[in-house]
Amino acid sequence: MKMTAENIINRCEELHDDLHFNYVKQWKEANDAKAIGFMPVYVPRELIHAAGMLPVGIMGGGDNMEIIRGDAFFQSYICRIPRSTIELGLTGRLDDLDGLLFPAICDVIRNLSGMWQMMFEGKYIKYLDVPQNFGEQGRAFYSAELADMAKAFERISGNKITDDSLNTSIALYNENRRLIAELYDLRAEAPHKVLTSDLFLLMRASNILEVTEHSQMLRDYMVSIRNSDRPIRDHVRVVVTGAFCEQPPLSLVRAMENSGCFIVDDDWVLGNRYHLDPIDVGDRPMAALIEAYLGKTVATASRYEEGDDKGMYLVNQVRDRNAEGVIFASASFCDPALLDRPMIQDVLTRENIPYTAFKYAENTGQIQVIKEQTGTFADSIKLWGVQ
Amino acid sequence: MNIQVDIQKEDSMLIQKQMIAGHFEKLSKAKENNKKVVYTFVPGNLNELIRAFDMLPVHPEVNALQSGMRKMSGGYIQEAEKTGHSEDVCTYVKCDIGMMKKGNIGPTGLPLPKPDLLLLSYTGCFTFLKWFELLKQEYDCPIVMLQAPYQAEGEITPEMRDYVTKQLEEVVVPALEDVSGKKLDRDRLKELLESSARAEELLVDIWNSAKNKPSPIDAYFGGVFYIGPIFTAFRGLPECEDYYRILKAEVDYRVANKLGPVTPEGELNQQKYRIVIEGPPNWTSFRDFWKIFADEGVVMVASTYTKVGGLYENGFRHDPQRPLESLGEYCLGCYTNHSLPARVEILQNYIEDFEADGFLINSIKSCNSFSAGQLLMMREIEKKTGRAGGFIESDLVDPRYFSAANIKNRLESYFQMIEAKRVGA
Ligand code: SF4
Ligand code: SF4
Repeated sequence: MKMTAENIINRCEELHDDLHFNYVKQWKEANDAKAIGFMPVYVPRELIHAAGMLPVGIMGGGDNMEIIRGDAFFQSYICRIPRSTIELGLTGRLDDLDGLLFPAICDVIRNLSGMWQMMFEGKYIKYLDVPQNFGEQGRAFYSAELADMAKAFERISGNKITDDSLNTSIALYNENRRLIAELYDLRAEAPHKVLTSDLFLLMRASNILEVTEHSQMLRDYMVSIRNSDRPIRDHVRVVVTGAFCEQPPLSLVRAMENSGCFIVDDDWVLGNRYHLDPIDVGDRPMAALIEAYLGKTVATASRYEEGDDKGMYLVNQVRDRNAEGVIFASASFCDPALLDRPMIQDVLTRENIPYTAFKYAENTGQIQVIKEQTGTFADSIKLWGVQ
Repeated sequence: MNIQVDIQKEDSMLIQKQMIAGHFEKLSKAKENNKKVVYTFVPGNLNELIRAFDMLPVHPEVNALQSGMRKMSGGYIQEAEKTGHSEDVCTYVKCDIGMMKKGNIGPTGLPLPKPDLLLLSYTGCFTFLKWFELLKQEYDCPIVMLQAPYQAEGEITPEMRDYVTKQLEEVVVPALEDVSGKKLDRDRLKELLESSARAEELLVDIWNSAKNKPSPIDAYFGGVFYIGPIFTAFRGLPECEDYYRILKAEVDYRVANKLGPVTPEGELNQQKYRIVIEGPPNWTSFRDFWKIFADEGVVMVASTYTKVGGLYENGFRHDPQRPLESLGEYCLGCYTNHSLPARVEILQNYIEDFEADGFLINSIKSCNSFSAGQLLMMREIEKKTGRAGGFIESDLVDPRYFSAANIKNRLESYFQMIEAKRVGA
């Protein structure tokens, strides 16, 4: 089959909609290997891969899944991703995962790790407590965390993680990050061609596909899309932020785009471009992974910022991408995103960057309302420019 | 903590009131007396260390709960929401931000000084990180962070211990030295820690007194008073020890005379239900909240909220022989730093050790740290103990989320459940 952008995106959409994770099942059978799931935002996927296992990003159930039992586990004022994840677990849809990692991004995910311990005994469950101290002390702690995980991965997979295997995995993920960066650049350059709904689906596919397959998909997509003749549209260029964990439904991404906004940067599926520089391939790959975490990464609400630069990462994104405004799109009841927002809004105001804000749930029914809001926002920028 | 409600006064209450008034008085004069001020959280607070540098602590959560008690929090929260804060997030944060925007007047009516240092103890709550990032925007002062890793596997590993101790030694102490302009006086720190350990011993005795029937204390509504000194500005100071000695004597007296605790309605001697409770209380209607239970003859025999600033019943004490290590261990051991299975076990033990009829969860809208997962905890505890579990909802300081009628409704069927179990037994 010829790899046109269209059939690549169709494939991604199938993967996105397949909440039984058939790809994972098939990959495991074909490779006689194991799979490890992880919650947003960041885990060192290289380490899972180096043990010969498939890292699988779990981002809730979206708007395609009816929640029957999951709601009984959470009060109404807690976001939706934990309840749909529990539903996935209880309905056996995560049975092909041989372990699940819960990175320290908020107390909901943290407590979900404990719920998992109680509900799914016998599985490998790891609360990945990433250091928020990015100095020497954090380095020692994170080294121990990774060593502990590496040992578990070796046990589960039956494979040794060697410097060679880790270097190979790092190189593959570096290449994947490079391609993702290229795709993001291409979208910023030609957002009428690289539709955000395409990009969103390509990013979601990175949660599931084995990294080499995903990299090839990105290459094929970019070749195809560069040659496409999608019509130029007069849209306002915006950056979307706050959507790093529970994901907006695809219909909402499309609605935002169709309301007159070109999304030229965003923070969904952020774990796949968490590191801004390539990770060193060399004598000490484990140390390189650690340095990569401590060093130059994206700024996001789950990463503590001590200095005076809060908000400047976003401002720079706006400038670099030639964006005209920011849309804060946060999951309802998401403390990290919503507590970050006022701080960043202040910086945007200072920098004269217009913004609008809304909340969503992964199954939100408010698409039309939000579309009107982002449409009005786009119109106001078109009419009045940067205020 | 540090609460003034209109209840029958006992000596310990009066003493605590004086201690608090004295502290806020000192804070209001901190600048003129050249005292440095540290803002820091209750869980994982390093009071002995702060005091060893002769600095004064301010606890934003205490300010928030005090604002709740004084019916100011609703206005403060709205003030914060006006500046862009979402209605969805932790109301303690918004209450504190709102209070600051309205002039930072403390609970005794005196102004609070600005911080010279923000000492962020990231212990048991992710929101703490965001809260101090927000304060950092408001104050032109240094900030230092101490991360206490989460006890996800139900234990403190050597790596966790090392991480905290190293941060204390290499990051926190130097920051305190910089701001105070003094070297850490290690002897003074030891003295303070010795005193803490003695006060902790007394506090554990006080908690254990609830094993008596009738219980001489209410470990929740009364308990929030009992933790006042030790959770806040006083742990390590002689007046803190004195307070617990006096409190212990009062409790001993009540045990000897088979008296119940003092509630807003007088002494609770007819104790119909012995209940263990999980989750913080509501502060905006604290008195009404308490009365709902007192009216039904409920005595709270153990609570988890009163362990957020330190869990001492398993034997942990601040240790002058291992000053920084034990401070680190203290941070690691605070209640909300425990995994959900560990929290289930803590509650299960309380129910058994204190011979409770059942347990209740007061689920707090604001607080993901406490609340996420509580419904599963309830099922697990019911399964493990066979005792009746009840679930009510409210908020800490947002008056919009307190409904006495809803709580009473839920409790009605809850008490019926307990009665049914009694008959069944
Ligand atoms: S959406 Fe926000 S609050 Fe919910 S789990 Fe994710 S980061 Fe936590
Ligand atoms: S989330 Fe809970 S523990 Fe954290 S600051 Fe708010 S009330 Fe306190």
